[in-house]
Amino acid sequence: MSRLNEANVALAHEIIARYPKPKSALIPLLHLAQEQDGWVTDEAMAHLAELVGVTPAEVKGTCTFYEMFKLHPTGRYMVNICTNIACQVLGAEDLLHHAEETLGIRPGGTTDDGMFTLEDVECIAACTEAPCLQVNYRFGLRLSIDDFDEMIADLRERGRSDHLITANPGEPIPSHGTLGLSRQHLTEERTAGIVAPELVTEAPVWLTFEPKQEEGA
Amino acid sequence: MATGEYVPHAPGYVDTDDPKIVTSRFGYEDSYTLDRYLATGGYEGLKAALGRTSEACHNITREATVLGRGGAGFPAGIKWGFCPPDVWPRYLVVNGDESEPGTYKDRLLMERDPHQLIEGCLIACYSIGLTQCFLYVRGEMAVAQQRLADALNEAYEAGYVGKNILGTDFSVDIVLHWGAGAYIVGEETALIESLEGNRGMPRLKPPFFPAAVGLYGQPTIVNNVETLANLPWLMSNGAEAYKQYGSETSPGTRMFAVSGHVKRPGVYEVEQGVTTYEDLLYGDKYCQGIRDGHELKMFIPGGGSAPWLFPEHVSLPLEARPVGAAGTMLGSGAIVVMDDSTDAVKACLRVVRFFARESCGKCAPCREGTSWEEKILQRILDGNGRPEDLDLLLDIGDNISPGPYPVASDESQGLEAVPFPPRQTTICPLGPSSVAPIVSALRRFRHEFEAKIATPVELGLRGPNAPSEAEETGLRGPNAPSEAEETGLRGPNAPSEAEEVAS
Ligand SMILES: Cc1cc2nc3c(=O)[nH]c(=O)nc-3n(C[C@H](O)[C@H](O)[C@H](O)COP(=O)(O)O)c2cc1C
Ligand code: SF4
Ligand code: FES
Repeated sequence: MSRLNEANVALAHEIIARYPKPKSALIPLLHLAQEQDGWVTDEAMAHLAELVGVTPAEVKGTCTFYEMFKLHPTGRYMVNICTNIACQVLGAEDLLHHAEETLGIRPGGTTDDGMFTLEDVECIAACTEAPCLQVNYRFGLRLSIDDFDEMIADLRERGRSDHLITANPGEPIPSHGTLGLSRQHLTEERTAGIVAPELVTEAPVWLTFEPKQEEGA
Repeated sequence: MATGEYVPHAPGYVDTDDPKIVTSRFGYEDSYTLDRYLATGGYEGLKAALGRTSEACHNITREATVLGRGGAGFPAGIKWGFCPPDVWPRYLVVNGDESEPGTYKDRLLMERDPHQLIEGCLIACYSIGLTQCFLYVRGEMAVAQQRLADALNEAYEAGYVGKNILGTDFSVDIVLHWGAGAYIVGEETALIESLEGNRGMPRLKPPFFPAAVGLYGQPTIVNNVETLANLPWLMSNGAEAYKQYGSETSPGTRMFAVSGHVKRPGVYEVEQGVTTYEDLLYGDKYCQGIRDGHELKMFIPGGGSAPWLFPEHVSLPLEARPVGAAGTMLGSGAIVVMDDSTDAVKACLRVVRFFARESCGKCAPCREGTSWEEKILQRILDGNGRPEDLDLLLDIGDNISPGPYPVASDESQGLEAVPFPPRQTTICPLGPSSVAPIVSALRRFRHEFEAKIATPVELGLRGPNAPSEAEETGLRGPNAPSEAEETGLRGPNAPSEAEEVAS
């Protein structure tokens, strides 16, 4: 039941084709599974194993190494508060404590209505903007406790918040599992050609030819 | 763009009148679009490169001494030369995994100027014959991934990437790849393991460095995002122009993220080598000093892995060699400033906890040592420390990194600096990094540790059976499995580290 659906199988094949070896696609494919179901199910992992030609145990081995992959359902919004050093010295623990109180959960917990999961995370590369957090990996910066409450209310009511930065203004925050809203697409005409390393034995042509640049390209 | 202003669409970035090589477009709201890129000199560096032989491009990079911006500071041109001459194909892996505590620059470069990075990748590939490039972006950076996906689609469409780039014989594919949350994957061999679809655990090196044996066993160049972002400007303007900025041994500019207790924290692009920590921390156009009513206590000069520096060290230039001689590293350009309100034990614990959480578990001194360090520091902070704990901490550190550990000088105690880098009994430098805050804090603030140990029980609130501070503050529930158990590093019936350590 939680195998990849038809559209995602097509996407999976597209992703696998970008790599000289299929197993390299595993992490993007695990993200795809998590995008479909909100978490990574055993069925999805078995399906990915078929798609890239490894055992389900290997897929699980990779999956469990990485913190972003969840092996159980989570809230619609993953609220990750950074408590690492630059944020800690500027009140991150107060923010986390406030989040625990208002949401009624501890890090790792999910609210009863399934809306929010809280996490206490390591540095998220926004250190100059402390204290900061991410909701489904979109940033909220220099957040006061009031800002936090507003953000939670916004998410409940409208599925987005002005306190969170998206790639394009006004974009909604997709539910947990969806990262970037666009995908790379390689077209047959434009790709240089992705092949297994065994099939390449010579230096690329441009290393041995003098450069020739055509007009108007 | 007005200078000295906070640029709201590039959060954290502060514009100054300093020369800019990599942040020149951050002031434009639409800086990430192909239109804006082309209107501001975009892809001119690629054209300049394609007008030369690849060898000439490699030579320009060598001459300019483009130092790696990922942490180790190794010159890119020289690293590129390490590929064995007759082994094909060769790959480029871009390290966009930015997760070192305090580091914030690569994300800005990817979100605000993705085409500049793409152009840099193309120039590197052209210079040394790399036929496929993987852009490994940290998993938690959804906006950067989205911007890069859009930019790659645009660049392919417009003929800048892919087959016969700009009508030449140069063809290369750039594939957007993204991780899933693991700091250790930033280490280059772990990055390659992860890109092969495996658990991101470092490989032992020597004998094989990625330039010789990397992705799929092929020669692979791993470069940091900021390193590559320098190349378009370099190809357009040449090595001589590049070397006008910065110092002789550290040419060009660098992005520094200054966080913590300064008046204006931010990301600044400054000339390397000639600018000092003092300029950056106190300068009017930079951070404007420590927040009112407080004084500088200590600062982390190059990311969480770097030993700490203290007020008397601020005159050091932002340059790898002198900072290394002073006992620490310039690292990833991350400066975390802590004033006199900071509890040294608590700060030390927080950095150590990071390494304990992020240890990949491949080698015992790191896997066990980092969690012992965390447990011992936690009990000291909780008021349950023992007098012998301080030596125990240093002893554990010595098992991970033998010998005198790099540390700053301390004039008041007549102590000299121990220069960087540390030695290691481990596969990668993560384990040894966990020792940095301990040695730094203990040498300087031993009295703070001792004071916590000497006053174990406050008004009966503390004591061996009292809940730990972490429990009190609700950071973790009393029945929650330990982090080590969760990550599967230790079984539920294993003796606790504290027990082991105590016996
Ligand atoms: C534990 C650890 C984490 C690292 N994390 C990063 C990182 O997030 N980004 C990065 O560019 N380099 C990181 N590095 C350094 C890389 O191993 C490598 O030296 C660098 O990417 C090379 O690029 P450069 O020569 O352009 O600096 C890390 C190293 C270690 C040991
Ligand atoms: S030092 Fe730590 S992080 Fe590095 S390989 Fe060993 S266990 Fe893994
Ligand atoms: S320390 Fe919190 S974002 Fe870096």
